Amino acid sequence: MIEVQHITKRYGRVTAVDDVSFRVERGEILGFLGPNGAGKTTTMRILTGYMPASEGRATVAGFDVFDKPIEAKRRTGYLPETPPLYPDMTVREYLDFVGRIKGVPSRERAERVRTVMARTHVADMADRQCGRLSKGYRQRVGLAQALIHNPEVLILDEPTAGLDPKQIIETRDLIRSLAGDHTIVLSTHILPEVAQTCQRVVIINKGHVVAVDTPDNLTARLKGAATMYVQVDASGGDAGAVLAGVPGVTRVVSADHRPAGTDGSGVAPAHAPAYEVESEPDVDVRRELARAVVSRGWGLLEMRPVRMSLEDVFLQVTTEELPEEAPHA
Amino acid sequence: MRNVLAIADKEVRAYFASPIGYILIGLFALLFGYFFYVYLMIFNQQSQQMMQFGQGGGANINQMMIRGLFQNAAVIILFTMPMITMRTYSEEKRSGTIELLLTSPVTDLEIILGKFFGALTLYAAMLLVTVLYIVMLFKISNPEWRPIAAGYLGLLLMGGCFLSTGLFISSLTKNQIVAGFLTFATFLMLWIVNWIGESSGPTMQAIVSYLSITEHLDDFVRGIIDTKHVVYYLSFITFGLFLTARSVDSERWRG
Repeated sequence: MIEVQHITKRYGRVTAVDDVSFRVERGEILGFLGPNGAGKTTTMRILTGYMPASEGRATVAGFDVFDKPIEAKRRTGYLPETPPLYPDMTVREYLDFVGRIKGVPSRERAERVRTVMARTHVADMADRQCGRLSKGYRQRVGLAQALIHNPEVLILDEPTAGLDPKQIIETRDLIRSLAGDHTIVLSTHILPEVAQTCQRVVIINKGHVVAVDTPDNLTARLKGAATMYVQVDASGGDAGAVLAGVPGVTRVVSADHRPAGTDGSGVAPAHAPAYEVESEPDVDVRRELARAVVSRGWGLLEMRPVRMSLEDVFLQVTTEELPEEAPHA
Repeated sequence: MRNVLAIADKEVRAYFASPIGYILIGLFALLFGYFFYVYLMIFNQQSQQMMQFGQGGGANINQMMIRGLFQNAAVIILFTMPMITMRTYSEEKRSGTIELLLTSPVTDLEIILGKFFGALTLYAAMLLVTVLYIVMLFKISNPEWRPIAAGYLGLLLMGGCFLSTGLFISSLTKNQIVAGFLTFATFLMLWIVNWIGESSGPTMQAIVSYLSITEHLDDFVRGIIDTKHVVYYLSFITFGLFLTARSVDSERWRG
């Protein structure tokens, strides 16, 4: 449905997007993940025909966005990063205007406006001026605007930005319900959002595609390995070597460098060193670790999994480049 | 054409959703009214004098009053037009709504024409209000209607030139104040270029007065619709719109 082939976009000497290729199948939701400035918005702007690419081709619904822009745009709904609202128009007037320039016939327009307002939960603000809406409503009116002409392809630049948790859930549900009839590309930098809504993810960083995969594979890969925090009263023994000898363990790192609390309690005393034990994914090494420690007569003072926070995951995505994989055909 | 209308309609509604449309119409009517009064008084005095000297019926209201009035109106128009065009593109760029327009199935030309005709509609409304004064003039005197109609046509065409230039300047910047000021400065230059012409040689003067927007209005106000002037104004408008199209397109490439 959407095909991007070797797209490059340069602004003067700055290359914002460098040789990006991916495909989106009909009815699929593709997540576009990456930090700010990674090239997500630029790629979306190229797909929507807002700006041409410096190199490469992109087709939307079978139409080249550069050679047949009108045909491609007719089939595309786009929610830019900032919802493109006219502050003086009421929500109803605004949606009617957008419907008009998107080519919705006048006799169907009022009905379409009602439908999209109901779907995006903005009907209660129908006669409020767009300039006086809260951030959450603006975002949803922006989404309504993208849906007005019932396009085959939806391109959503951070559709849940600025929404409260309840609205985020509603919006994700809405986006999921749109899949199937619509092909959706959405960008975000929120990992769980991708996991919950998208079937496939493109990770982009500094203008390069660094990974294309399903969210499940991706999170597994991002976690890389399961990590346990283990503190052992080894009474002078080399606990590190013992832990490293446990089957399934890939790496043992001393955790003594962890920042101390104000009372110094966070620092492991010399006779009770702490370690971060990494193991192969999908292998639960907790029992073996405990047995190895206890069978030597040492005290197992603490053992807990080290969970990767979202921030950790995000940092890993954006600072460590993942090995590039061939896009799924 | 349908898209041009949709955008023109949106533009007109935007003018009247904010006070700007009402302020412009009011201000223009007020200033036009002031000049109307002044010229009427002058005409009154002169025609009385002429009658005293026994040249009854010699005073031509079209020549003596309407011509001056329209020439002054042209100056007021020059001052008010930047306020119509300064926000057209700048505002869309600043608020990001340009992204909606450029990703909709409409061509750049349709957007530009829509904006131009939207602005022209507001301008026509400004002119229409002044017709009330002319109607009053018909009540108290009997001027010829043809030169007046031609004068209005001239004003409309001249305003179109200002609008297309203003549209172009607005497409260059995100900042409406900058757009407004640059437009105003450009109009002022197009107007005073006449004065330069007057103080230079005959060849130069011919060229300069041909270039001056307001110079071409004179024949219209005298009741002459000369194709030379119509062509001048229409090509000026087309050129302004063409520049706007180039500017929008280049913006798109530069991103």
